[in-house]
Amino acid sequence: MINQVFFFYFAVVIVAMSLMAITRRQVLHGVLYMLLLFFHIAGLYLFLNAEFISAVQIIVYAGAIMVLFLFVIMLLNLREDVRKKQFIAVWPMGLLVSVGILMVILMSMLTVHIGTKGVWGIAQIERATQTVAVGTVLYTQYLFPFEVASLVLLVAIIGAIVLAKKRLR
Amino acid sequence: MSTLIALETARFGIPQWLWTIGFIIVKIAVVLGGVMLHVAYATYFERKVIGRMQNRLGPMVVGPYGLLQPIADGIKSFFKEDIIPTNADKPIFFMAPVLGLMAALSSLAVVPFFNGFVIANINIGLLFLFAMSSLAVYGVILGGWASNSKFSFLGSLRASAQVISYEVPLGLSLVGVMIMAGSLNITEIVNAQSRYPGGMYITAQWLGFFVFVVSAIAETNRSPFDLPEAEQELIAGFFTEYSGMRFALFFMAEYTGMIIMSSIAVLCFLGGWTIPPFVLKILPFLGVVPGIVWFIMKLYVCIFFYYWIRSTLPRYRYDQLMAIGWKVLIPLSLANIVITAVLKILLHHTGTP
Amino acid sequence: MIPLNWYLWLSGVVFCIGMFGFVTRRNIIIMLLSVEIMFNGVNISLIALSHYLEDLAGQVMVFFVIAVAAAEAAIGLALVILLFRSKETITVDDLNELKG
Repeated sequence: MINQVFFFYFAVVIVAMSLMAITRRQVLHGVLYMLLLFFHIAGLYLFLNAEFISAVQIIVYAGAIMVLFLFVIMLLNLREDVRKKQFIAVWPMGLLVSVGILMVILMSMLTVHIGTKGVWGIAQIERATQTVAVGTVLYTQYLFPFEVASLVLLVAIIGAIVLAKKRLR
Repeated sequence: MSTLIALETARFGIPQWLWTIGFIIVKIAVVLGGVMLHVAYATYFERKVIGRMQNRLGPMVVGPYGLLQPIADGIKSFFKEDIIPTNADKPIFFMAPVLGLMAALSSLAVVPFFNGFVIANINIGLLFLFAMSSLAVYGVILGGWASNSKFSFLGSLRASAQVISYEVPLGLSLVGVMIMAGSLNITEIVNAQSRYPGGMYITAQWLGFFVFVVSAIAETNRSPFDLPEAEQELIAGFFTEYSGMRFALFFMAEYTGMIIMSSIAVLCFLGGWTIPPFVLKILPFLGVVPGIVWFIMKLYVCIFFYYWIRSTLPRYRYDQLMAIGWKVLIPLSLANIVITAVLKILLHHTGTP
Repeated sequence: MIPLNWYLWLSGVVFCIGMFGFVTRRNIIIMLLSVEIMFNGVNISLIALSHYLEDLAGQVMVFFVIAVAAAEAAIGLALVILLFRSKETITVDDLNELKG
């Protein structure tokens, strides 16, 4: 019972916040709604026994990515763009397409059933603690994707510097 | 949670879960009250220390030795007029100081003040502290943006760039501690330290401690890295337009942040509420002193260090600040991680803990 | 206990809200925000599946998604700054030089 109440609270707030975030005229308000959205998603992750990921969610999304957005919003002088129309002229088409894809996703999910379970049940995770469990899987089974991810981040750092730097000549 | 609710054994007719919740609320009240008192007297302590270092007396007028000064300051700022700039973005202007203080205060939830006394003993305690300290930047950015003033704006741009860049070495410097303790739970870290021969991780992690101290000072925007509020250039930085109670909230957030950073230093490097075993062996009567006394003593040593640095060093230039962060502290902390990890593996293989 | 489907539906709804924002807004920063919302929608379903299948692969995937999202935001925002520097606007409808 109490589980359902918590889930509904999080679900309603997540949907409402994401709707608010994409419809705001002032970009900064959109970013603040995103901040609330990330907190509620982190809460949902706690609910799903993923405490490490929920901490990472707050540190990376709320602490780094959204701050980057705020930083860019402050660097650019957006007084002109705020007054323009927010949506493209044919936005009902966009709504139609999105709702259509949503229908397809929801229909396909009706047939989902849980397959063979893995080895990391709640009891095993609790015995090893969440962080150790994720670390073990990440650094053994998924070592190569991990290295690729670090390479992606390196490329992003270099790319961002090259792009944003003013020409020295 | 589910096990907690299942244990509905009644005591005095009140169900068990209500007792648990009530106990947590009492704990929160005790911690908040205690920390707020320490925040108030940290300002008094700062003025006294800096006064003595500059051959002055510091506050002396209100109460004996000026002891009632923080209370007088609080009452004064509470009754001051609350000025809102004309073109301010009002909701965000109101929200910014609250957000800053909230981020600082919620970190207190995972700080263990002495053995067993912690509001939430979670397994990701240290990560939670990082998360909350990375949220502190929102109060700064939004406050500066919403005031719609050039000084606030420049101050908040500087502050946010500084806080984001110094978060990285701050986090990396604690990774060495995590590797040595093998846990992210802060109580576990302190217990692991008391099993360690030196009793404190500062002996083995001196490089990490150095990086941590420098980046903690920058993270809380204290001198010599107080560029965001450099009086000579920017009046007061991001809170130029704030007055009265809202200004006091920013002020409280800054001092709470200082107390949090000092308590992280105490818990992760200085052994928390424990005393080193070799000291206990020489002077066994110290064992009767409760842990909270040691914790507060170590905390005030750290806070004194903050004030000492503030009254000693001149302010850095902005490009110097960024260069120290990115070119010195991050490589040092990475080197520290590699050395710690390699040593741990080597010692583990040879058999010694 | 909450059925797995509820989480999957929630993730689908969040994903589609993000997609709607991405295709209909004209402000490029909001479009990037919408991409982040889409990422988060997918992440919810990955974490839920990881919990119900008792397999940590889902959480590891979310870890990678977050890393890629950070990289995407850094590059995307650098491009936005470049765009603003040369065109003085971040509204995508105004970027129509190639229109014949």
